[in-house]
Amino acid sequence: MDYSFIIYKFTLATVILIISLVVAMYATLIERKMAGFFQDRHGPNRAGKFGILQPLADGLKLFFKEEFMPQSADKFLYILGPSLTMLIALLTSAVIPWGSSIVIGGTEYSLQIADINIGILYVFAILSIGVYGIMIGGWASNNKYALIGAIRAASQMISYELAMGMAIITIVMMTGTLSLGEIVAQQHGFNWNVWYQPLGFFLFLVCAFAETNRAPFDLPECETELVGGYHTEYSSMKLGFYLFAEYINMFISAAMISSLYFGGYNFPFMDDLGLSHNALSLLGSLAFFVKITFFGFLFMWVRWTLPRFRYDQLMRLGWKTLIPLAIVNVIITGLVLMIKNHM
Amino acid sequence: MLSKYIFYFLSSVAIYAALMVLISKKPIHSVLYLTLAFFAIAGHYILLNAQFLAVVHIIVYAGAIMVLFLFTVMLLNLNIEGEFPKKNIIKFAAVIVGGLILITLIGTFRTYDLEIIKNPTLNQIGLVKNLGKVLFKEYLLPFELCSILFLAAMVGAVMLGKKDIQ
Repeated sequence: MDYSFIIYKFTLATVILIISLVVAMYATLIERKMAGFFQDRHGPNRAGKFGILQPLADGLKLFFKEEFMPQSADKFLYILGPSLTMLIALLTSAVIPWGSSIVIGGTEYSLQIADINIGILYVFAILSIGVYGIMIGGWASNNKYALIGAIRAASQMISYELAMGMAIITIVMMTGTLSLGEIVAQQHGFNWNVWYQPLGFFLFLVCAFAETNRAPFDLPECETELVGGYHTEYSSMKLGFYLFAEYINMFISAAMISSLYFGGYNFPFMDDLGLSHNALSLLGSLAFFVKITFFGFLFMWVRWTLPRFRYDQLMRLGWKTLIPLAIVNVIITGLVLMIKNHM
Repeated sequence: MLSKYIFYFLSSVAIYAALMVLISKKPIHSVLYLTLAFFAIAGHYILLNAQFLAVVHIIVYAGAIMVLFLFTVMLLNLNIEGEFPKKNIIKFAAVIVGGLILITLIGTFRTYDLEIIKNPTLNQIGLVKNLGKVLFKEYLLPFELCSILFLAAMVGAVMLGKKDIQ
């Protein structure tokens, strides 16, 4: 193991960490601007030009708020909750291919931190442990509202994980690999998975909304019923972590949707441009971020358009509509693949 | 060399977490320590070049079973310390049973000379492709029987969950 390899991986990981954090930071501003636009008002516009400094002001405010902890709270778990949420939110970015590769001095540097051959399963694993932060925080607050919020979050995430998994299985069946890098590489040019798996894409999208606890599935923090849900007792930067992790999750979900169904760093007519490998791969990364931005916008669009579901509706949708649809999708994909192999 | 240090680190984490499962007074801390132990064991699987097993271990144990444990403990609010007074005879029996299992395990593995532990990269069985081939070619029948058992358990769970059943 040479040191340049370690340094390069470390740099890449740091860069992606910083990008995720900055994107999440400015996503809060964009979300508020969007909300303003949808509700026919200005949104934040006082801090800097067009409110460009608003996220910094928000962060500063959160740091200077009173650090409150309920007397009957479990001290260690109360702090562990938000920290774990943040940590798990950042873990997924390690397997997402942010670009193809860059050649410097004859050596090829991949723009993916870890191209493990079970990338999809890794994403699943992170998804399935994502509930811990919310559950621990909600329980440790020792508050009924927080506990109900945590339990809602956990049951919602477990329910929608199933349909999401089934939706991804069809992708695995089609591509024959579990590696995310390979899945993206197979969608070269305009050969995107969404053309073959429109239903799978739709299921994945709905489940992604539920997994990130975003409207219309934001029942864990439903303020009309639960005050603030699982973070009722949190204040200061601990609350900030919970809210911030939601934006990171949104960013990562958008990246996952783009790389699984919309070709990741691939874009149409990429072979006809006649560009060098490095320029092409930089352009590809740019295309990837354009796709991520679009899906991020979709998350916000839906949040400020649709009302919140009722809890029984949410469960019915998950178990009685999405899962059967996902199973049908798996069967259809299997049949088509079988017929194709026999022709 | 590095993997040796990682092995010792993971082992000490696993043993510490396993002990804390027993020592912790609050049930919820026990559950969380057990989760930590599962993560340490998943790390061991990766050291043995069984990535698939490691990730599935995390998905199934940490992601599903322990979340349900956490759920139950939270809903029942079993947070009062010392709520389960155990009779001495039960403690005694538990120690004997646990000790016997330990002796059996040590007895089994003492004579084994497992090549895979010495040289994990030699054997590629832990990778998805090879595992799938073995499962669906050599062990197809046991595999299918397992899935039938699994289905039966799922149906059983649904039946138990129904409120009004004749």
